[in-house]
Amino acid sequence: MTVYEYDDQIAEMKPPATSVGVLGWMRHNLFNGWFNTVLTIMVAALLIQTVPPLVKWALLESHWLPSGEACLNGQGACWSVITANLRFIIFGFYPHDLQWRPFLAMVILVALLFYSRNRDHWRKILGWGWLVGLAVMGVLLRGGLFGLSVVESTQWGGLPLTLLLSVFGLTAAYPLGILLALGRASHMKAVKALCVVYIELIRGVPLISLLFMSSVIFPLFLPEGVTVNKILRAQAAIIFFTAAYIAEVVRGGLQAIPKGQYEAADSLGLNYVQTMRLIILPQALKIVIPPSVSILISAFKDTSLVVIIALYDLLKTTKSVLSDPKWMGFSAEAYIFLALVYFLCCYFMSNYSRRLERELDTGF
Amino acid sequence: MQKIDIGDEKIPLLNDPAKRSLIYQVGVVLMVAALGYYLISNTLANLDRQSIATGFGFLEKESSFEIGESLIEYSAADNYARALLVGVLNTLKVSFVGIVLTVILGTLIGVARLSTNWLVSRLAAIYIELLQDIPVLLQLFFWYAFFYEMLPSPRQALNPVTGLFLCNRGMIFGVPAAHPAWAWMGWAFLVACVLAWLLRRWAMQRLFKTGKPFPIFWTSLGVLLGLPFFVWLLAGAPTAMDLPHLRGFNFQGGMSISPEFTALLLGLVLYTAAFVAEIVRAGIQSVNKGQTEAAKALGLKTGKVLSLVILPQALRVIIPPLTSQMLNLTKNSSLAVAIGYPDFVSVANTTINQTGQAIEGVAMIMAVYLCLSLLTSVFMNWYNKKMALVER
Repeated sequence: MTVYEYDDQIAEMKPPATSVGVLGWMRHNLFNGWFNTVLTIMVAALLIQTVPPLVKWALLESHWLPSGEACLNGQGACWSVITANLRFIIFGFYPHDLQWRPFLAMVILVALLFYSRNRDHWRKILGWGWLVGLAVMGVLLRGGLFGLSVVESTQWGGLPLTLLLSVFGLTAAYPLGILLALGRASHMKAVKALCVVYIELIRGVPLISLLFMSSVIFPLFLPEGVTVNKILRAQAAIIFFTAAYIAEVVRGGLQAIPKGQYEAADSLGLNYVQTMRLIILPQALKIVIPPSVSILISAFKDTSLVVIIALYDLLKTTKSVLSDPKWMGFSAEAYIFLALVYFLCCYFMSNYSRRLERELDTGF
Repeated sequence: MQKIDIGDEKIPLLNDPAKRSLIYQVGVVLMVAALGYYLISNTLANLDRQSIATGFGFLEKESSFEIGESLIEYSAADNYARALLVGVLNTLKVSFVGIVLTVILGTLIGVARLSTNWLVSRLAAIYIELLQDIPVLLQLFFWYAFFYEMLPSPRQALNPVTGLFLCNRGMIFGVPAAHPAWAWMGWAFLVACVLAWLLRRWAMQRLFKTGKPFPIFWTSLGVLLGLPFFVWLLAGAPTAMDLPHLRGFNFQGGMSISPEFTALLLGLVLYTAAFVAEIVRAGIQSVNKGQTEAAKALGLKTGKVLSLVILPQALRVIIPPLTSQMLNLTKNSSLAVAIGYPDFVSVANTTINQTGQAIEGVAMIMAVYLCLSLLTSVFMNWYNKKMALVER
């Protein structure tokens, strides 16, 4: 029998240079096998071809001064179209000297969102905080109270309008969606049938057909002399549309609750409302928080469709800047800026949703 | 023994679950009916007051507007019904082409996201994150502006490969010159499809009976390519091309794809592919790693592992969400109205503006999309059922 003795030097020996550090990482992640090597070289060549000219266009040779004269003969990007029209793009036709009001409303909204990010803060008081906050935002935008002058909703536009449509849309659609989901899960045949028809009907048609409906047919529904303004009608369409999607998400949550939970509630003698309010919905809604955030994201993106019925949301204000002869031909810059705004908002939300998903994962 | 009498005492009406539920249901139905009656009576009164005609009589009238592109013969002298049909066909065209391209691109990106190549998977991740988070309408506007503003006029058209021109009038490319052989080749291809299908069925049966595999892929490919090629040779092998050439201010000859169609297609495909990629990734990841290892232990080659073990299982997870993405693409094609591609919504919108028949117009839009959704989901449900796990 041979006895091997442990050589202390082995522990001190370094791994070969090709398997650690930058070199090892590259070998492992970029050049493992001939296929990946070819792929890496091709992709790298493509990047080298596209990225430097793009950086040159967007940053090195770009123009930023609001006057915009330099753009006409310049080569690079003309960000002046943004800097010169930023206020109009963000606030639309809101009176110039009152624009601090929508700005403050947006600050309140962002502050509320930021505060709600932490799950430790999810208490009853936060719910009230949101309600008060939304009311204050409404007053700030509309005016008419506390000596603020009235700004008609026809003058609202830009980012506040986009945020308003999506935040209010979701706040109002959520309870409606829950009701629809409960109706769909109900044993009462007539109620169930009505809810199924509603949900499938709305989910089967594009949002813009509902927006058309709100803009051309909705006025016909109302009795003579009653008018509802355009923003409110579009808001209603968005709420009805979003509610159908929320209903399906909540249905998923309801289906995930084990039957024993219902039976336990029954055996305690709770009635339907109590069962739902105290036992089922708290669990079901917790499960569906992450998909709800995806609905919020798509609702936020979908508000851009109100362009089609000529509401001045963020996209429409940008488009109307581009129709000004002075700024014609700089669409790329303007759209890239808008894409960045939308991207940042959605990225923040989806990142947050992923974090929540991890935190809430109780391994049911 | 004490008797417990439970029969005689009447249960109060509201405590009997069956009766209570009946009362609730009647209540809800009555409420909905009352709301419906209120809305309809208001609408009728309003229509009467504004003296708007109702009904679909307008479909017979002359439309008197031109449509930029159509799959069937159409002129402004045709009636609204035909104009709307053109719109439906355009919607179907863009949806169909879009769905095919989306599935291909989405699968590629989804697989790229899982690549062991860091660069490739990172780029795929950036693509997915970026395109998902930008509204599709904004993307459509971007591509439309790209075609109209950034591409030169026909005189300075870009010419990346011979026979292909890119300019602000769209994409123009050479096609083979007209020859009866092309139609014959089309028929030959159809026949080849049927043959390939029969071949596959026979091969599967033989595999299950005798266990002998048959190279289906290569033989089908041979039939699919070989039969049309043979017909082409028989017809005298025509090679003449109809190349586009500049005449005056625009191109003559060749085939052109309008900037509106290209922008719409590009926007829809790039946007939806990001979602499809995520679905494909999730589907592939859902297959247990042990399955791959077991298949390899049986001695299957990588290609066989993929086609016999991984894909059939991944498809089960992929198909249902993929269906809803196809429906989303179809529904999103309605955004064509914003960039001037004459899809159904755009034609219906013009019709509404000209005739004032808003209710009928919007009702038709909804009906068409509902039918499309229904057809797609019926087909996909059938396919899903075919692929589903048969549990014993």
